[in-house]
Amino acid sequence: MSDLIGYLVTGLGIGAGFALVASGLVAIYRVTRVVNFAQGAFAVLAAMLAASLLGAGVPHGLAELGGVTLGALTGLIVGAVAIGRPGTSPGTSLIVTLGLGVLAYAVEILIWGDQPRSYPGVPGVADLAGARLQAHYLLIIAVTAPVFALMAWFFTRTDLGRALSACASNRYAAQVVGIDVRRMGLLAFTIGGALGGLAGVLTTPVQQVTFDSDVALIVNGFAAAVLGGLTRPVIALAGGLLLGVAQTLAAGYGGGAYQVEVALVLMLTVMIVQAARTGPVAETAR
Amino acid sequence: MTAVVETRALTVRYSGATALDGVDLTVHDHEMVALIGANGAGKSTLVKALSGLLRPDSGTITVSGRLAQVPEGREMFGDLTVDDNLRLGGWRNGRGGRDTTGVYELLPELAGIRTRRAGALSGGQQQMVAIGRALMARPDILVIDELSLGLAPLIVTTLVGHLRALNTDRGLAVLLIEQNARLALDLCDRAYVLEAGRIALHGRAAALARDPRVAAAYLGGHIEVTS
Repeated sequence: MSDLIGYLVTGLGIGAGFALVASGLVAIYRVTRVVNFAQGAFAVLAAMLAASLLGAGVPHGLAELGGVTLGALTGLIVGAVAIGRPGTSPGTSLIVTLGLGVLAYAVEILIWGDQPRSYPGVPGVADLAGARLQAHYLLIIAVTAPVFALMAWFFTRTDLGRALSACASNRYAAQVVGIDVRRMGLLAFTIGGALGGLAGVLTTPVQQVTFDSDVALIVNGFAAAVLGGLTRPVIALAGGLLLGVAQTLAAGYGGGAYQVEVALVLMLTVMIVQAARTGPVAETAR
Repeated sequence: MTAVVETRALTVRYSGATALDGVDLTVHDHEMVALIGANGAGKSTLVKALSGLLRPDSGTITVSGRLAQVPEGREMFGDLTVDDNLRLGGWRNGRGGRDTTGVYELLPELAGIRTRRAGALSGGQQQMVAIGRALMARPDILVIDELSLGLAPLIVTTLVGHLRALNTDRGLAVLLIEQNARLALDLCDRAYVLEAGRIALHGRAAALARDPRVAAAYLGGHIEVTS
């Protein structure tokens, strides 16, 4: 029983990271129709910078904030390259993000080398209803929950958020009322970058980061996001948490080697079922 | 009378094909003007050019004052509420210009559905939201691309009533692009007939309604005889 609680909370902590990456993908896809394959790179860059800043004596909090800011900035740059030129099709932009994701490897290796990095998070072990788990998982959950609440508020209760939702809902109508859809796309990329960055700085203390950590993040994040057809943030959140829990349970009771396969099987199943029911993902989004 | 919208020799080409060819069109303030024409005559191209969504290849467009568009097909933000749709109509006005109260006074039918999802509304309700959203821009001229298309006659009558009131009470100019030529010619002061990207005819709406060429092409061959 206490094992189970431990796995669940750990799973929610890991899942929160996936959910953040997934919601970044969703934020970008909804507004721009671009599947951003550079999403994992935001997390890696943010984590690497946070590790360096902490190593240089910058206090916790500030270092992580620096990482998230780099994530947001990288998001803006990726967005500018991917959708900055008017008339670029979402398919072309997708390839551009894929290319930038690979370019990020080179930059990361050049600056930080190819060795795994980590830094201490919340120290110690928490005791939760008899279950013992790393206290840092609780911090991940405690930070992610209000971030999602804040996003829900932003997208439905502020005019800027409404304008982003408007671009997602009807791009042409958004142009008719005078919303600059390209600028909104860049804003979405920036938000996606910050969310990816947050995932990176939050999870690095429990999962070392290397230049190619983005693969696991993007696979899991995409699997969570695709549950909601890449357009529903709440389902992406639920999907991310579910994936985290499923993987921790699979690792805890089965073998640790099959974690990514859980995500891949789930993602493929969802995509096949969706394709059989309503056609390709891109079309279900309308 | 001063012109709110004026195009001179407006020409738009799509990959070689000419959609608009030297169009001269004027709408004065307080005026209701109809633009009729068959499918593919270039009506929607003209709307997009007037709204700045499309760059003309040559010619000029002069808009003095604010222009707001009611797009063809109503183009709702389907996932958003009626009230959010209206608020976004005031996007260009900045934060201070997004209060929706005035629109609910002008279009009281919307007040009862303000929290409903726009995508779940009937066509007539959506058309009213589209008009309300355009009014949020505080326009001097409303460009309406297909008012009556797909709507029940009763709803069209209500919408026409609102437009007349907006025109007479608030001096709002209207450029109405309309499939239903009879409706458009009845409602408006002047009219243009667009054929293959050119203005084929223009003049007083009442006179055009009696023109045999208009009757044959757009009014089902019948000339309305009025005494």
